[in-house]
Amino acid sequence: MAAVIQDTAVSTGRVTRVLIYLLLLLFALFYLLPLYVMGINSVKPLAEITGGNMMALPEVWTLDPWRSAWSTAQIGVEPTGLKPYFLNSILMVVPAVAISTIVGALNGYVLTKWRFRGDTWVFGLMLFSCFIPFQIVLIPMAVVLGKLGLAGSVPGLVLVHVVYGIGFTTLYFRNYYAAFPTELVRAAQIDGAGFFQIFWRILLPVSGPIAVVSVIWQFTNIWNDFLFGASFGGTSQPMTVALNNLVQSSTGVKEYNVHFAGAILAALPTLIVYIVAGRYFVRGLMAGSVKG
Amino acid sequence: MTASTAPDFRTRLQDWLPKLVLAPSFAVTILFVYGFIGFTVLLSFTGSKMLPRFDWVGWENYEKLWALPAWNTAIVNIAIFASLYIVICTAVGLMLAIFLDQKIRGEGVLRPIYLYPMALSFIVTGTAWKWFLDPGIGLEKVMHLWGWESFSFNWIKDSDMAIYTIVIAAVWQTSGFVMAMFLAGLRGIDNEILKAAQIDGASNWQLYRRIVIPLLRPAFLSAFVILSHLAIKSYDLVVALTGGGPGRATEMPATFMYSYTFTRNQMGIGASSAVIMLMTIAAIMVPYLYAELKEKK
Amino acid sequence: MRAGWKTMMTGAAVLAMTTSLAKAADVEVLHWWTSGGEAAAVGVLKDNLAAGGTGWVDMPVAGGGGEAAMTALRARVTAGDAPTAVQMLGFDILDWAGEGALADLTATATAEGWDKVVPAALQQFSTSDGKWVAAPVNVHSTNWVWINKAALDATGLAAPTTWEELVAVLDKMKENGITPLGHGGQPWQEATVFDGIVLSLGGDFYKAAFVDLDPAALGGEQMAEAFNRLITLRSYVDDNFSGRDWNLASAMVINGEAGMQMMGDWAKGEFLKAGKVPGTDFVCIRFPGTQGSVTFNSDQFAMFNQADAGKQDAQVNMAKAIMDPAFQSAFNVVKGSVPARTDVSNEAFDDCGKKGMADLAEANTAGTLYGSMAHGHAAPASVKNATYDVITAAFNGEYADGATAAAALAEAVAAAQ
Repeated sequence: MAAVIQDTAVSTGRVTRVLIYLLLLLFALFYLLPLYVMGINSVKPLAEITGGNMMALPEVWTLDPWRSAWSTAQIGVEPTGLKPYFLNSILMVVPAVAISTIVGALNGYVLTKWRFRGDTWVFGLMLFSCFIPFQIVLIPMAVVLGKLGLAGSVPGLVLVHVVYGIGFTTLYFRNYYAAFPTELVRAAQIDGAGFFQIFWRILLPVSGPIAVVSVIWQFTNIWNDFLFGASFGGTSQPMTVALNNLVQSSTGVKEYNVHFAGAILAALPTLIVYIVAGRYFVRGLMAGSVKG
Repeated sequence: MTASTAPDFRTRLQDWLPKLVLAPSFAVTILFVYGFIGFTVLLSFTGSKMLPRFDWVGWENYEKLWALPAWNTAIVNIAIFASLYIVICTAVGLMLAIFLDQKIRGEGVLRPIYLYPMALSFIVTGTAWKWFLDPGIGLEKVMHLWGWESFSFNWIKDSDMAIYTIVIAAVWQTSGFVMAMFLAGLRGIDNEILKAAQIDGASNWQLYRRIVIPLLRPAFLSAFVILSHLAIKSYDLVVALTGGGPGRATEMPATFMYSYTFTRNQMGIGASSAVIMLMTIAAIMVPYLYAELKEKK
Repeated sequence: MRAGWKTMMTGAAVLAMTTSLAKAADVEVLHWWTSGGEAAAVGVLKDNLAAGGTGWVDMPVAGGGGEAAMTALRARVTAGDAPTAVQMLGFDILDWAGEGALADLTATATAEGWDKVVPAALQQFSTSDGKWVAAPVNVHSTNWVWINKAALDATGLAAPTTWEELVAVLDKMKENGITPLGHGGQPWQEATVFDGIVLSLGGDFYKAAFVDLDPAALGGEQMAEAFNRLITLRSYVDDNFSGRDWNLASAMVINGEAGMQMMGDWAKGEFLKAGKVPGTDFVCIRFPGTQGSVTFNSDQFAMFNQADAGKQDAQVNMAKAIMDPAFQSAFNVVKGSVPARTDVSNEAFDDCGKKGMADLAEANTAGTLYGSMAHGHAAPASVKNATYDVITAAFNGEYADGATAAAALAEAVAAAQ
């Protein structure tokens, strides 16, 4: 924590400081704008939206759009709202994030503390998985999932997200563990500690910051995914697909206030994660990935 | 006998264990990344239409691809988009990080505000952005309502300018994340170096230009890699904001690839455009990875 | 021990059988009808099936007029896990039938006499190689113009029936200070308008250009004239059109900001939802010059091959339920389209709906019922999208004149085939 609010040695004059504050606030407004538009229009009746000013505060405040988006809006043939899909997303995200983070941690551990001939090659090859556009893998992935009997199921989705997540998590943990003194590992080895013992007792206890980065990254990416969810979700579609169904109806009346409420609902978990864990995020980045 | 082989077996297991732990990830990568890339390359030489079919057509798809005006538009657009996006994001991110590093009161509030856009997908914020940029309901109308009658902001409706609105939205999404990377880099710099320079009489400007920014090199590299791959992958963004329009003015390689593969039933051409995309990514990533990994050895 | 093992096995087998039976009675339906009205309309089908003991497993994927759903479908079929029934449009059905992925419904169709009640132009998409592969739910006709009655009255002119009259009305509306044409700048919307223009130059020309893809028609003088008309229409659209959703363009007509919109019959739902009455608040006419002809698109449910006999039965049940006249009426009243069967009573429909049904029957008998290019019922997806490219480019002023655009169209279509 001390590191995060560590002061810089640079000092600035009064005028500069005012300018800096102004600029920072201006940017804050820029970043908040879309959220403001969404928030403000989600508590207006539809008539006020179609007739009025997008930025104006509502004349009549209403929570009906939120209620509708959560529990009564038409998502498919049943007017279920987003509620049931929320659980689907959770069931997919939690194991996928957990598995990819653990695997990434182990990989990082092996790649830095148990180096072998060609390990950088192995790592380099694995890293390329971060950069593959997902549209490309859709069809071959369908073939593989079909062969595995995992098509249209939550385990199938978890597998997909783990596969394309381990590149990132391995990168994070590898760079983090690279800074960890290898001598400690060697010393433990001489004391007779095994591979997993060392990981469990020595590396894992100090992995907090980077685990936060990895979890945040994976959580947002997986939660926000639409393409895989729509293609491989089957009947347990995640929240993004439901939101898309709510927003993208082709030939129907568009209830923008409900759309915005639904959008915020769908984004809430990731928003909370960012706000709560944001400070650890910078610390984690500092401790690992950018030093790489 | 047993006494001597047992530890032998244990050490051998210990030798193999790291590789065994890594093996599944590696195997999965070989299949799901390189196998699939191979599959795509193969597809790009076939006459596949709706589903994969394996009738060899040679370079035909590539010839067709480069003859399509939309593909050329996509290439020009990605060049404009990627360069502006990377430069602006880096500049904004660096500036915010430096400013935020000046013992700013309320940093704890500002930081999550800058960061949160990265948490949202454009499926969520797309409509809000579309509204905001639309002159009929968005910024332009609001300015008119507030009395600034001559204000004009209709880029999204203008074939020549629409691509820049995509840059704005993309910068909005990732510049905070870049800020976090730079901030982490700044906080990692040893204050003693700065103090020493200050005693030597360096101005703030010189301090940053000569000492701090060069020290941030790893952060610049990480930012560059993350931004360039996001640029090439950008799909949701374009679909949410312009749907590739006006006309097809904001077509990008990712939207092009998707539409030919999945909606136009010309999977062969889609695959060939994917191969070009992959080659571009490789051309950027391989030298970077090579330099990075070699250095560390 | 042995005996125990055996009973356990039989028990498991029985259990497996019963579970597969329970599952077999379900249809898993991939569709993109997720907005309130549409979903309510499909709900009718679901309830009818439930009454017959067939369960409904819903798999909605909205977006891009079914594009997202078709992507998901491709993944499902490739994975060997095809949904039992899928909402589909036009050439997609024929393409999937060509891949040998669709189930044969001919026995049911023959028993129920579908070929006598479904218009031949629709059957072209419901059948492949003489076999029925899909059950049509509705017919949307796309060559409609929706006019704000007050704006029309203010021009002092009658509802236009020819291109010249249309231009006169549009000019007058412009003088009156409103946007004459409410339009959303998305390729499919521009193509919808263009369908009407091409059809207004003659049904034979439409067929030669868009169905037969005759290069002479595609690049010829008449097509040049069609593009000139499209470019003319552009001058009646406000500057803010690009990217606008169709329903926002409808809203402009509803609140009098715009005079008219050229859009398929689904636009009616927007007017009705806003509390407007056909004939009093708004007028629905055929695209001027296309009276007596109809360009259509039709939502159908295609059944995918299933090995399981129970699922096959469920598919037959579903196909029957879709073709049930009472369902066709109930569904289409809600959806704004007209029944795919020509023998359904028009009693429950409003004025525009009745007109639509009469027009469909008339066009069917006269042989002037054409598949809509804009909605994938005239040519396969690759050609459709190639025409989109040229039409949108023309509308956005990228060609000097109609002749250049026509030449570009002929070239683009040839390249896409």
